[in-house]
Amino acid sequence: MIRFSHVYKSYPNGALALKDISFRVGKGEFIFLTGHSGAGKSTIMKLLFAEQQPTSGEVRVSGYNVSALRVDEVPKLRRRLGIVFQDFRLLEDRTAAENIAFALEVIGARRDTIAARVTRVLTQVGLSAKSRAYPRELSGGEQQRVAIARALVNDPAILVADEPTGNLDERATRGVVQLLRDINTGGTVVVMATHDLDIVRQTPYRTIELREGSVVYDTAVDETEETEAS
Amino acid sequence: MRLLTREALLSFRRAPLLSALSITTIAFSLFTIGLFGLVAINLRQALRGIEERVEIVAFVLRGTPAETITLATQDIAAFPEVQDVSFVSEEQALARARSELVEFRDAYRDIKANPLPASIEVRMKEGFRESASVGRVAERIRGFGFVDDVRYGRDWVQRLDQLRNVTGLVGLVIGLAFAGVAVVIIGVTIRLTILQRAREISIMRLVGATNWFIRGPFLLEGALKGLLGGFLSLALCYAGYLLFRDTTGGPFAGLIFFRPEHMLVILVFGVFLGLGGSLVSVGRHLRNV
Repeated sequence: MIRFSHVYKSYPNGALALKDISFRVGKGEFIFLTGHSGAGKSTIMKLLFAEQQPTSGEVRVSGYNVSALRVDEVPKLRRRLGIVFQDFRLLEDRTAAENIAFALEVIGARRDTIAARVTRVLTQVGLSAKSRAYPRELSGGEQQRVAIARALVNDPAILVADEPTGNLDERATRGVVQLLRDINTGGTVVVMATHDLDIVRQTPYRTIELREGSVVYDTAVDETEETEAS
Repeated sequence: MRLLTREALLSFRRAPLLSALSITTIAFSLFTIGLFGLVAINLRQALRGIEERVEIVAFVLRGTPAETITLATQDIAAFPEVQDVSFVSEEQALARARSELVEFRDAYRDIKANPLPASIEVRMKEGFRESASVGRVAERIRGFGFVDDVRYGRDWVQRLDQLRNVTGLVGLVIGLAFAGVAVVIIGVTIRLTILQRAREISIMRLVGATNWFIRGPFLLEGALKGLLGGFLSLALCYAGYLLFRDTTGGPFAGLIFFRPEHMLVILVFGVFLGLGGSLVSVGRHLRNV
């Protein structure tokens, strides 16, 4: 589903954000990207949804080669992804349901299917009772659930979550992580960047740790090598 | 499509003052162009009457045989620029002078020998009445051996040309200056809308809306403002036309207004101005959102 091969990323100011990053994520996997701020987590996230392109090396996501993606292909790639951020990125002047419907409207989904799809994902994230609430009327955890619902509504193959619990208290964090695990159980690949080591320790998933732009630790590295050898 | 129109119209409600400003600027730009255009088409209408009188007179040397003149007249009539040719004999010239120049009637009556030369008068076809063509034909006529002198209102023809060109040019220059201002103002309005909607646009991008889907409402907004500006300018032009139109038969009696195709050109130009302004702004600012 995802493959990074010897990826380097440097910024115009000369800063080297990623150094020789290589890893693969297979179908149905849940992986954590950890590391301090500035370790390169966000850069990897941005490469995943083609917000940026690698300076060298190859990034493949869900069949698309991000390293050589044409401008008109970026939306196609993003329709196969669900993206969630720390700051929720909800529209304040729209209700929870409208925020989710917006994501379908702007990709030209059939209007008669929108309401049903919105209801389905709101139920999935446990917020069907709050579909008419505005973001300011919801708690942080609830807002992030709306954002996750919006990311799910287009049935993505991969869910990309950049510090989704960064603004949440412990209880809400647990809820959101459980929700992501449930989504993964349904077959969606989940890539979650976090610097919260407690979450990583409490869950049995693969973890890639970054430091100064390099992978210093990958729990699945042996397994991956075996797969490549066979 | 419904979403596109809704988003485009929303900006009119979000920034009514700026929207009004951009529409007014487009209207003024087109009004200026339109006003000078009106002057130009009316001037042309008036000039058409004058131009019809533009003629070349070739004075014939005394004693030229009639056959030579007849042949030459046929030759000249065959020039592509020439509408018709007529020969005025010495006697006809004298008769005409006697009837037309009343002040000198006595003088002409008393003379024994006719001092007036015979002449060939050439009228030009429409479309060839400007100074270059008239000059060219005059030079060719001068080439005939029996032609003593060729006269045509060179200065007069040139002046007519200049007047028409200057009117057109002044209108175009002022109009284009206004058009430049209009494009900038539309650009600023669109930019404000983009900044206002930065969050929305960033979400649209993340969920996979295409670039044209994101640009669509802004372009439609610009085009719509251009169209409204175009209509407003036509209304202003019509008001100006009504103001100057003279039904009492004064100097402005024959004033004409734009034909439908002229109005269409103005409206289309308005739409292009609006689209141009929003394209520039969208191209420059959407990337940074």
